[in-house]
Amino acid sequence: MTGTGAPPSLRVSRLAYAYPDGTQALFGVDLTIRRGERVALLGPNGAGKTTLVMHLNGILTAGHGTVEVAGLPVRKDTLLEIRRRVGLVFQDPDDQLFMPTVRDDVAFGPANLGVRGDELDRRVRDALTRVGMLDVIDRPPHHLSFGQRRRVAVATVLAMEPEILVLDEPSSNLDPASRRELADILKNLDVTVLMVTHDLPYALELCERSLILSDGVIAADGPTRSLLADADLLAAHRLELPYGFAVPALQQ
Amino acid sequence: MSAGHHHRLYLPGDTPVHLLPPQCKLVAVAAFAVAVVATPRERLWAFAVHALLLTVVAAVARVPAGFILRRMVIEVPFVLFAVAIPIIGTGARTEVLGMSLSVPGMWAAWNILAKASLGVVASILLAATTEPRAMLLGAERLRLPPLLVQIASFMLRYMDVILDQMRRMRVARESRAFVARDLRQAPVLARSAGALFIRSYERGERVHLAMLSRGYTGEMPITRDLSASGRDWGMAAVLPCLAAATAVLSWSLT
Repeated sequence: MTGTGAPPSLRVSRLAYAYPDGTQALFGVDLTIRRGERVALLGPNGAGKTTLVMHLNGILTAGHGTVEVAGLPVRKDTLLEIRRRVGLVFQDPDDQLFMPTVRDDVAFGPANLGVRGDELDRRVRDALTRVGMLDVIDRPPHHLSFGQRRRVAVATVLAMEPEILVLDEPSSNLDPASRRELADILKNLDVTVLMVTHDLPYALELCERSLILSDGVIAADGPTRSLLADADLLAAHRLELPYGFAVPALQQ
Repeated sequence: MSAGHHHRLYLPGDTPVHLLPPQCKLVAVAAFAVAVVATPRERLWAFAVHALLLTVVAAVARVPAGFILRRMVIEVPFVLFAVAIPIIGTGARTEVLGMSLSVPGMWAAWNILAKASLGVVASILLAATTEPRAMLLGAERLRLPPLLVQIASFMLRYMDVILDQMRRMRVARESRAFVARDLRQAPVLARSAGALFIRSYERGERVHLAMLSRGYTGEMPITRDLSASGRDWGMAAVLPCLAAATAVLSWSLT
């Protein structure tokens, strides 16, 4: 699974990590995501998904193994560039949107990278336009609906022009309309996406390829459609399609 | 607290007072307060001039009198204290409406009341014409330690989130038939407060992670040009200068 030409957006090899209290969360994770791919990382609660995500931009540093973003290894001296390349969208937009207005919040990332003036303004407007939220630019984040806040949260990392967008449970707490709107936005972004979720229909809708993380290792890697059709595989890793979704419907 | 789209103390507008850079207004209000405090309490006319100056500012800023009066309620504890002084004060006494009151006490009460009221009205005008976040940016420009400014701005941002969480916890308590009738229910409320503290602390950690993820290195990037021109400073200086002149006059005229 090697990319041709440009280095893959993300390459994780033999990543292992134990929390300071000794709990081992990752036991040697290997995965590669090529440029432009949209990949879902599936797994039950407690599988180590969030721990893995925290390694992708160096918030946690690997106990063993390596993480490379577009060829650049995650190390102390590369952190700022890594954080520009990896756009992390957190699950609770109230954690992500901490500035008094939407404009300031979207500007926060690029401003930390030294972008100023007209270029900063262009990036902020561009990112908000891509998620359809330009008209709330001067509103305080806590006056937006939950769905709007999640979209603004996506804009805050798009403004950093990342190599790869990492979304932690993007569909959680969204009503069906907001969920569809977010899906439309994500489909139209021309950026590599890694989506961490246990919302299997959402993974199927948005991602060609899926990985299953279970007990700290990648247990399966393949086309989303065939992974979701394998009822035994899903059951073995505490994953389930919602009631009413039938496997044959996925196999066409 | 999140009833409107603006902070309760702020009155949106685009008057010359609203448009002044926040740091100029902060300095002006502080200097005005110093001038008022420096005015001797016996010069009643000087306090009338100070009040007149604030009235002019309020008129220019189009802040209605009712708005200011309602906000002045915050002063009530001081007023109660001031009222008590002439009654408990010592020294020469005089009869007012059949009550024996201390003369120095009355002067002391007047001093507190007049100076506090002028200070409070000046602050109300500042808050009514300056958005809370602009105030913080102004404070940062005035070299207030950035860490303090950041703490204050996070308080501003998360106040509603935490109040909302508090409300949800109250609803959850009451849905299970909890009624805070007397002191015996205090442990339940204390535990709720503890839980709220821990949740807020954990949120603080998550926010910090989100900030690190976007390249935060300990300093908030300054993205907005807030520099004040000489004209801005000149405009802002009008109020404190007139107040200072009044104070100086009140000392020299006997």
